[in-house]
Amino acid sequence: MPETALLLILVALPFAGSLVAGLLPTHARNAAAALAGGIALTSLLLVWMAYPSVSAGGVLRADIAWMPALGLNLTLRMDGFAWLFAGLVTGIGALVVLYARYYMAEEDPVPRIFAFLLAFMGAMTGVVISGNLVQLAFFWELTSLFSFLLIGYWHHTTTAREGARMALTVTATGGLALFAGMLVLGHIVGSYEVDAVLEAGNRIREHPLYLPALVFILLGALTKSAQFPFHFWLPNAMAAPTPVSAYLHSATLVKAGVFLLARFWPVMAGTEAWFLIVGTIGLVTMLLGAYVAIFQNDLKGLLAYSTISHLGLITLLLGLNSELALVAAVFHILNHAAFKASLFMAAGIIDHETGTRDIRRLSGLNRAMPFTARLALVAAAAMAGVPLLNGFISKEMFFAEALSADAPLGLANILPFVAMLGSAFSVAYSLRFIHGAFFGPDPVDLPRAPHEPAAWMRFPVEILVLTCLGVGVLPAATIGPFLDLAVRSVLGDDVPDYNLSVWHGLNLPLLMSVVALAGGAALYLSLQRLLRSEIEGEPLIRRLEGKRIFERTMVFLSWRLARRLEAVAGTRRLQPQLRLIVAAAFLAGGAVVWFRGFGPGNLPPSPIDPVLASVWVVGGACALGAATIAKFHRLAALILVGGAGLIVCITFVWFSAPDLALTQLTVEVVTTVLLLLGLRWLPKRVQVPGERGPEVITRARRLRDLALAAGAGGGMAALSYAVMTRTPPDLLAQDFLARAYTEGGGTNVVNVTLVDFRGFDTLGEIFVVAAVALATYALLRRFRPAPDSLVPPAQQLDQHAAEPVEAEGGTRPVADWLLVPFTLTRLLFPVMALVAVFLLLRGHDLPGGGFPAGMVVAIAVILQYMIGGTAWTEEHLAWLRPRVWIGAGLLLAAGTGLAALAFGKPFLTTYFAYVVLPVIGKVPVASALIFDIGVFALVVGATLLMLVALAHQSVRGRRATSRVLTKPSRAVRAPVAAGED
Amino acid sequence: MELVVALAIGILAGSGVWLLLRPRTFQVIIGLALLSYAVNLFIFSTGGLRTGADAILRQGAAGTLADFADPVPQALVLTAIVIGFATTALLLVVLLAARGLTGTDHVDGREREQ
Repeated sequence: MPETALLLILVALPFAGSLVAGLLPTHARNAAAALAGGIALTSLLLVWMAYPSVSAGGVLRADIAWMPALGLNLTLRMDGFAWLFAGLVTGIGALVVLYARYYMAEEDPVPRIFAFLLAFMGAMTGVVISGNLVQLAFFWELTSLFSFLLIGYWHHTTTAREGARMALTVTATGGLALFAGMLVLGHIVGSYEVDAVLEAGNRIREHPLYLPALVFILLGALTKSAQFPFHFWLPNAMAAPTPVSAYLHSATLVKAGVFLLARFWPVMAGTEAWFLIVGTIGLVTMLLGAYVAIFQNDLKGLLAYSTISHLGLITLLLGLNSELALVAAVFHILNHAAFKASLFMAAGIIDHETGTRDIRRLSGLNRAMPFTARLALVAAAAMAGVPLLNGFISKEMFFAEALSADAPLGLANILPFVAMLGSAFSVAYSLRFIHGAFFGPDPVDLPRAPHEPAAWMRFPVEILVLTCLGVGVLPAATIGPFLDLAVRSVLGDDVPDYNLSVWHGLNLPLLMSVVALAGGAALYLSLQRLLRSEIEGEPLIRRLEGKRIFERTMVFLSWRLARRLEAVAGTRRLQPQLRLIVAAAFLAGGAVVWFRGFGPGNLPPSPIDPVLASVWVVGGACALGAATIAKFHRLAALILVGGAGLIVCITFVWFSAPDLALTQLTVEVVTTVLLLLGLRWLPKRVQVPGERGPEVITRARRLRDLALAAGAGGGMAALSYAVMTRTPPDLLAQDFLARAYTEGGGTNVVNVTLVDFRGFDTLGEIFVVAAVALATYALLRRFRPAPDSLVPPAQQLDQHAAEPVEAEGGTRPVADWLLVPFTLTRLLFPVMALVAVFLLLRGHDLPGGGFPAGMVVAIAVILQYMIGGTAWTEEHLAWLRPRVWIGAGLLLAAGTGLAALAFGKPFLTTYFAYVVLPVIGKVPVASALIFDIGVFALVVGATLLMLVALAHQSVRGRRATSRVLTKPSRAVRAPVAAGED
Repeated sequence: MELVVALAIGILAGSGVWLLLRPRTFQVIIGLALLSYAVNLFIFSTGGLRTGADAILRQGAAGTLADFADPVPQALVLTAIVIGFATTALLLVVLLAARGLTGTDHVDGREREQ
């Protein structure tokens, strides 16, 4: 199999399997287990298939171009070290799957855990065979995410949720730091390829950014590997099902951290900073973890702290800056994976068969489950470092390194003693595990009567314990070649001479081992009484609880600090927010002026025309007047705004923009009608003459707002003056002017721009308009006017008083009242419709187009409503169904765009040709016209929907009033054009 | 002429901002209308103020900026006018609904406690 395919499948297969497992029914435990086991074994087989080329010193590579333009590739890379880790991940993965099949209860949703396990396995494989730093950080974060899901698998329990959340918070935060570190590292090297990084060792260590890169990468690695002071998440992650713990905390998740340290060891280690940070943290973690482990009463808790301690040992070894120590570290990674996975599984078997994991309740299980007891005994002995087991050999190497380490600050003198102390602790807690659970009197009062588990559940433990034994007795023959392969690929030619054998002769490390074994046993015996007492936790450092500190921090960050910030910087009031926005905009503009200077452009201003100037005197007065009286005289303010709008319209005509003027004019009319309709529902506000002036605070606030408004207005004026006195850029304009006729088929460049060059914009715009129209309609369907707006206005009451009410619920049609205007409007309707069609059809070549045409139709209809009354208009214009117009418009416009696809052209390409018609002659025909008709239909529909829905409220309002006034009268449903309310 | 239009934009924007900061919903909606006039005029003015320039091409001939008004700001403003109308309508309806629900036309949905 080609190496590219092999590596790709290795990463992709677990994810694919995860998807399939996730889709299996909840009770399909056998199918899910078979699938997961099959995939894990296949992956293991794939890894094995890579062995020949990797063992020959080759590096397997896969480069798949992803975004070549940005230099982004999917890069996979497998050398000896990655190969060993891939084997560990897939091999232990397969064993864990088998174990989980028997461990999980019937009622658990088993396919989910297999789906997560597989996805985690894929992410972990991705970490170890990534050939690119960013990609590595990505898979790294994926492992955090899937470990979160795995730890929180029993999400109905609080401990699982909290443990999962804590693990995610710590490891994912570390992952972010790692990402930052990877970016710095990539910056130093000039490439994000792992190959390039591994060749740039000297450059990295001598670079001024070395220390930041180191700190960030270590933050990532040490959080993942649960090193002090980030170790507290790991014991809390024990809320996970035991197979998950066995997998995550022996071979995979926590090993990712030390994997990373070893991976970049050749290029980042060797400095004093490396020793001081990595070595010290490893040392502290090893001692602390081992010490705390002795006092754990939960089997899994004991194993968790022991894991922390052993990872500390590995970290310490990596921190010693010696090649031999690196060999020992890699070796211990393997050994620890084997005995810790089997111990976790044994603890799970005990829990599964007895119902408890409390060492104080367990006792004498040796008799009920002898096989399990022996397996656990061997694994725990390996953990304690008993000779003829794998843990012994790596521990001997550790002692030898501790003796010969070249450490600054006099640490070299204390290292051997610390190593022995840690090792003695390790012996003590191993003894406690075995003695507490399996020896002593028969257990009493266990939740379940203990017996041996299913044979297949023990099988993974057997395999692992056999490995421990095999490696312990014949290290060079079993693990030797693989370890050599891994170390060689990390260190290259610098591989030191090391001797994998059980017997090195009578030397100092052996003596240290003996002392540690004896000391550990003595320590365990002397602690008997303390351990049997009911006191929870460990002596001396009981109060130093990482979990509590973490929780305090989280509460502070996510609750107190957030609350305080909200209280200081937040407000639910609109005015301060708007004030801030305006002030920020003003300051942003001001800052640019401050730094870059400000001056009018060099174009000579055109002469001031007195006509337009005086028109704008009126316009300015309108604007200022509207601003002044908008609070108490709404109608007058509305009229003044309309005046300002008309003057804007005149300005458009004046400066050669007929299309704009046309649109502005029609929109102005519709907006005014709309606001007029709204006025009815606003509360009365009457200015009482002689009322006491506003309070001082209010006056100060107004002054501030006035200053802000004056500043904003002045700024806008200055800005526009500066813009207008510069030559406008002609980048697009020139292009549009040149192509409008030849390629767009129209002489009205603005219209061609809208329906052709920028047709996509227009399409988006009409969708917005449609959405807004539907939203207003929906809002108004449930409209509840305020009670004081329900009473009909004074004018209406006067009118009712003069004319007796004729029909039920209605008055005489308005048409009878205003007969002459009514007749005129009816006559006007077809004329306006004609104008609209005229505007629409000529739009491509002359001022007009879909927008103004649609507005004209809307105005024509609303005129009928105003003069003829709702009832009459809806009776006679029943064909007018705004929602149908909206739908038709959208379909037409989008359909025109899509039609281009049918001809193999990009979306919204316009077709344009000349057609020779009889009589008329040669006329240009463009598909843009159909698009414009769509726009037209939409504008008609949307505008009418909004106006009519709003206008209808007064009909409903009256009905509501009549219901209030004369209870039983059933309101008659008028035929409603705007839709049934 | 530039000065007149600049002042006009300034007055419209200033009045609009003043109203935007007022407590009553109707004031805000009027303020937004004035502000949108100002902004539309501003965008329009970035193409330069041209009196008497042709807006319509002659049949079959490509145009140049020397003879024709800049169509790009015009097209942008045309879009802006229509969108402005739609958002004004939506705002109006939201304000009316809020007034119906809360009983007040204060922008915060409740009167300021004095």
